[in-house]
Amino acid sequence: MSIRKVVISLAAAAAMLAPAAALAKTVKVGVVLTFSGGAAQFGDLIEKGMKLYMKEHPQAFGDNKVELINRDSKNPGGAVAKTMVKELITREGVQMLAGFVFSPNAMASAPLATQAKVPMIIMNAGTAWITKLSPYIARFSFSMWHAAYPMGAYAHDKLGCKTAAVGYTDYPPGKDSLEAFKTGFEKAGGKVVDAVPMGGPREVPDFTPFLQRVKDAKPDCFYVFVPSGNHAAAVVKTFGDLGMAAAGIKLIGPGDLVPDTELQGMGTPATALTIMHNYAADYDNPANKAFVKAWKAAYGASTTPDFMAVAGWDGMAAIAHAIKVQNGDVTAAGTMKALEGWKFDSPRGPIMIDPKTRDIIQDEHVEKIVDDNGRLKVKVIDTIPQVKDPCKALKIGKCG
Amino acid sequence: MNDAADAIAALGRRGRLHWAEALPWFAGLAVFFVFPGYLAFGTQVLISILFALSLDLILGYAGIVTLGHAAYFGFGAYAAGMLSAHLGWNEPLSGLVFAGVVAGGFGFVTGLILLRYHGLALIMLTLAQAIMLQEFANVAEGWTGGFDGLMGINISPIFGIFDNDLWGKHYYLYALAVLFLCFIVVRLLTHSPLGASLVGVRENTQRMHAVGSPVYWRLVAVYTVGATLAGIAGGLFAQSNSFVTLDVLSFARSGTVLIMLVLGGTGRLYGAFLGTTVYMIIEDRLAKASPDLWELGVGIGLVLAVMFFRGGLMGLIDRLAARSGARP
Amino acid sequence: MGDVLVATVSIAFDGFAYAMLLFMISVGLSVTMGLMGFVNLAHGAFAMAGGYVLVSLMNSLGVPFLPALVIAAIVVAVFSVPFERVLYRPLYRASELEQVLLSIGLVYIAVGGITYIYGPQPPHIALPSFLEGMIDLGFKSFPAYRVFVIVIGLVTALGLWLGLERTIAGARIRAAVDNRRMAQSVGIKVDRLFMLTFALGSGLAAVGGGLAINILGLNPRFAFIYLVFFLIIVVVGGMGSVRGAFFAAILLGIIDTGGKYLWPEGGAFFIYVVTMAILLVRPQGLFGKPA
Repeated sequence: MSIRKVVISLAAAAAMLAPAAALAKTVKVGVVLTFSGGAAQFGDLIEKGMKLYMKEHPQAFGDNKVELINRDSKNPGGAVAKTMVKELITREGVQMLAGFVFSPNAMASAPLATQAKVPMIIMNAGTAWITKLSPYIARFSFSMWHAAYPMGAYAHDKLGCKTAAVGYTDYPPGKDSLEAFKTGFEKAGGKVVDAVPMGGPREVPDFTPFLQRVKDAKPDCFYVFVPSGNHAAAVVKTFGDLGMAAAGIKLIGPGDLVPDTELQGMGTPATALTIMHNYAADYDNPANKAFVKAWKAAYGASTTPDFMAVAGWDGMAAIAHAIKVQNGDVTAAGTMKALEGWKFDSPRGPIMIDPKTRDIIQDEHVEKIVDDNGRLKVKVIDTIPQVKDPCKALKIGKCG
Repeated sequence: MNDAADAIAALGRRGRLHWAEALPWFAGLAVFFVFPGYLAFGTQVLISILFALSLDLILGYAGIVTLGHAAYFGFGAYAAGMLSAHLGWNEPLSGLVFAGVVAGGFGFVTGLILLRYHGLALIMLTLAQAIMLQEFANVAEGWTGGFDGLMGINISPIFGIFDNDLWGKHYYLYALAVLFLCFIVVRLLTHSPLGASLVGVRENTQRMHAVGSPVYWRLVAVYTVGATLAGIAGGLFAQSNSFVTLDVLSFARSGTVLIMLVLGGTGRLYGAFLGTTVYMIIEDRLAKASPDLWELGVGIGLVLAVMFFRGGLMGLIDRLAARSGARP
Repeated sequence: MGDVLVATVSIAFDGFAYAMLLFMISVGLSVTMGLMGFVNLAHGAFAMAGGYVLVSLMNSLGVPFLPALVIAAIVVAVFSVPFERVLYRPLYRASELEQVLLSIGLVYIAVGGITYIYGPQPPHIALPSFLEGMIDLGFKSFPAYRVFVIVIGLVTALGLWLGLERTIAGARIRAAVDNRRMAQSVGIKVDRLFMLTFALGSGLAAVGGGLAINILGLNPRFAFIYLVFFLIIVVVGGMGSVRGAFFAAILLGIIDTGGKYLWPEGGAFFIYVVTMAILLVRPQGLFGKPA
């Protein structure tokens, strides 16, 4: 082919594409998650949830496309995440930020989102007052108070616990969860006899000295918050090893304690648990049935999604909505406006973004683990509908 | 006969400025114009170079093997951070001086105790000290922010004009200027009689004692200067990131700066520049692709460096220069 | 039982189990460091390797727990020999710095390599049923697995002590630790002795690593995380001293466990304070020879 013909063909092609190109925009989204180290599975789950939504609902974005640029925040320390966010904004020119597994990473990145005017879609980090750190943050996972506060009242009123001990990992969500449970429990008339910080989120410590201390204190209920995954599996195991259920101590906690991905490996000790959570893969609603089916088809029949994967899915649905409403010209203020009051039929049930706080409103379920022919299943025994984050609603501490 | 004349000539030449010494500074300025998108990264490289330089003084020149040098880096970082976050003193230059002075003071006091020991005991003590400091910082979370990190650092613009923007332009030049000034101090020190006596201590301590040299006090002096410079690097870190976490005191940080220095070549001053830059650039590129293989690569590189390439990159350059007949 | 008594028993038991684990991993390091004076930061990598070999044996090949422990120990011991010959031997005369750097490099290789092969997730193994659950001693019940670890630790300590004090090979080792030149001039083949000691130490570390899976948990960063603890035990106990390693491990185990039990906010602090205090007063460690 002669040069002239090549140039003419290219010009013709460009001319054909130009009108479409003028309409369809590519929105760059910087994804900051832990992709390495002990927490790598969380980043993996959230990313899979995000990508699954993009695969199943390509039309939700309008004519626009989303380009995901991943960065590994490596650990819960905050410093690496902050550097990655800076890079994404200055070097890659992202228009949105998404992800954030650990609270310290979200907390460190919030000032950058405000400074650069980039919307931040949080898909896990649960410390209650994070949404106050920037006007451009919207959260699609939960606040520690969503589960812990109602659990406090439930433990006293329905489980009959007069005294409780709390074990928590010593970092912001842990302390937040402790405060939330304590406030709810003591308001209902209970007494927290011991609050035990159990090491940090980076490494899984040997939980035995901490649980031994709780066992020796003989509380009615033992509320535990640890990061999901390895920490949770270790705690449940140690609880079983020390025979604490036989000693009359009820183990309770938020859903991080029994993520669907670890549930089957936990064995019999898990059946002693009572959980308050917003999602389990066993939930019986049409949106979830479709979600789990699509998940297994895409990622393998032996895999399962969990609450982090759902947050990725819902967060991406929100991103799609924001992009579509703004016709691909994404701004921070415009995104927040599009998401305030946004309602969605999530696999976890109906959710809404609170227009005042930009945090999520969702149902909370009381769950027990039951043995169903050798396979552990989550059974919902009670539901508290459309819970708003109590910390911000009651204006407690840093949420006020 | 020729050897003796060469030796005397070499002694006379030592300490004079060589034209190649201006290269790093030109390179540093060039980066400012050529890679404007990478200045935030560049600032962190400059900070790490300063940190590695402070270690070179202690390790490369004085021969003190320490696995806990991050203690002084972190001390300076928290000092500078807390000055702003808790006391509301946001002026950057005085904050940096404060960080250096405080870290140097800590270096002096700890040096008095530590430098009475040698060999493995000293290595363990430096390691234990750094970890203890990190644990202490974790416990004292009212001051340091503990695991969450120290927030609320709000540094005022330098000279009232140059603020810490997202692209890091101003802070890059700030860090470069600080590095330059600190380097002048280090170069004067190493080419002074004190520096010569340190080499003596490193090579043959017993003989230095026999000659009557106050070995202990020389070591303490150098250790203090090294701690001060590490503290300044830490202060820069706190100011440029507006965020300090327990990582600044970690064993990983002490280990990494040691690796970067060894890679570049100890006892050569410019080894700090070369090793740090090469390490951090390769890390930036490769670690993203596969963090596991990166660690593997660092380990292999270290093993090879120890077994075959003593003297690091600077040593390599020396050998190439010697082959081509040029005098380094 | 009174609260204080309950707490003391809990701390003592848990601390002792932890201590036995650390002892088994560290004793090899103490003897090899005493013998050759080589600063080996990579010893924890042998423990880690032992743990992962155990995991592969049990999960991929279906070998039961106890035989798998033995096999893992032998495998690691055998493979440690070429390591010693090729990497460590050239550096016996080298400076401390170079030894530190080489061994740090080996740790990085081990950590990076294991992460690449096995992934970052902690592996799980199923324990045989007689090791699960609690053993009731009347006044208190104790987790069976920890009792098992304590028993193995004590048996190892006894075996090592008997081996060193009552056998000719042990006498040779003690002689070489005390004065290597003299031992060589008397005709003791120190190089071969060292190779055997290195292998034995690595094998023991592998057992410790395998046992650690269900107490400390295993992950590819194990060699980094516990590096400091092994060094502390060796240096506080005194290089070359099995007795020293034993008592230092107990000290460390009880202080760490007690610290976490009594003061969870900052319990980890105490070990380092105690370590520094001991080293400042006795740089050669509790049972080490003076410099």
